[in-house]
Amino acid sequence: MKNIFLFIRRYFTLLSFLLLEVLAIVLLSNASKSHEAFFSSAVNELTGHFNGWYSGFRGYFGLKEANRQLSEENARLRNMMASNFQAPDTTRKLVTDTLVRDTMGRVRKFTYLPARVIGNTYTLQANFLTLERGSAQGVRKQMAVTGPEGIVGVVVETSANVSKVMSLLHRNSRVSAMLKKDNSAGSIEWDGSNPSFLTMRNVTKGAKVAVGDTVVTSYYSANFPARLMIGKVASISSDQASNFYTLKVKTATNFFNIQYVYLIENARYGEQVQIESNTPKNQ
Amino acid sequence: MSSLLKNIIRFIFFILVQVLILDEVPPLHQFIVPYLYFLFLLWLPFSINRFFLLIIAFMFGLSLDFFTGTPGLHAAPCVLIAYIRPFLLNLLIPQETTEQSYLEPSPKNMGWAPYGLYVGILSFLHHSLLVLIEWLQFGNFMFFIGKVLGTTAISLLLIFLTELLLSRKGRHRTNAA
Repeated sequence: MKNIFLFIRRYFTLLSFLLLEVLAIVLLSNASKSHEAFFSSAVNELTGHFNGWYSGFRGYFGLKEANRQLSEENARLRNMMASNFQAPDTTRKLVTDTLVRDTMGRVRKFTYLPARVIGNTYTLQANFLTLERGSAQGVRKQMAVTGPEGIVGVVVETSANVSKVMSLLHRNSRVSAMLKKDNSAGSIEWDGSNPSFLTMRNVTKGAKVAVGDTVVTSYYSANFPARLMIGKVASISSDQASNFYTLKVKTATNFFNIQYVYLIENARYGEQVQIESNTPKNQ
Repeated sequence: MSSLLKNIIRFIFFILVQVLILDEVPPLHQFIVPYLYFLFLLWLPFSINRFFLLIIAFMFGLSLDFFTGTPGLHAAPCVLIAYIRPFLLNLLIPQETTEQSYLEPSPKNMGWAPYGLYVGILSFLHHSLLVLIEWLQFGNFMFFIGKVLGTTAISLLLIFLTELLLSRKGRHRTNAA
């Protein structure tokens, strides 16, 4: 027993060094898996306030670009307004309503919430954005996040007024995508090297893909609505050994100056995820 | 100004510089990320207790991690260089003259060559561990070597610019301090 104490005293520095290293690795591996282990809401709220203050100061420099993006998006949305279309006859009238159930009997599935970006990294291997909108304003985990130009990421953590978004530029990020041209599905990931390019894997070789083709979100995603812009194909590489293309995709979103985003809530997210994760019995 | 107060100010200063300025720089190249924050650990006094040094390094790395959203990613390399630091200083400086009469490592106290070696070795170790931890999950070997060397070169450039800009006085240790 005495020898154990002597040993600990002798190598106290080495042991505490090893202990702290192990602690750091454990923290990191927990965080990569669940993104919630160590980051209590309190710390998130504190760094969020700080980031909000700094972003408020820095926002002035990007106002011109933000205005351009928002006005372009407004123009696009105005063109989609119901009042621009003439109904074919007068016996039926098309009404677009913001209620949960409209007069045509359709059920609202997706709701958009605007949010300001108050923190953003893109130089690391694991990048996050911080948004000034939290659970008190209706943000839930796993909600999809899109910008004026293209999709941005997925919410991984919320506190009362701030939420944290796993950017597309994160090694654990996976988004179900497809080619707009022929709906061939694939998966969007990031290889960690260049923040302007994503990787699209598992695209079947039957797809007629060409450089410049548009890549959009697929019909299979639980949190993203279908046909949201992701990017354009920049290069195509085909592996002889597999039946799939690997595409390099230029992001539509400019992650360097992003200021405003929309959170997308899927009213049926819980239902879809639950039924997808159920393992079938008796097969 | 007391050494404690000065180091608390430096702690906050280096975290802010890293978070507000260097992490915001658009990537010049996929290999290069500008890191300067760990200079705080290199500037701590000679006489600091080794156990405290490890604890301070851990807290320092973790507080940067709070901003980048990666708990433990910067803490691990910080603890590593804090552990190596005393051994390296013992090798690089003559015991009686420097450590007895000066407060903290600086080019004026140690001379440019030993100080450059000290900074170079520790930044190389820091970036190797940092990239290795990120790399364990993906990547290839050339990317690893390129990223470590590119990041180390940029860090050294930043550190020497800092040394030239903020000329710290080579203060003598007095009995009163």
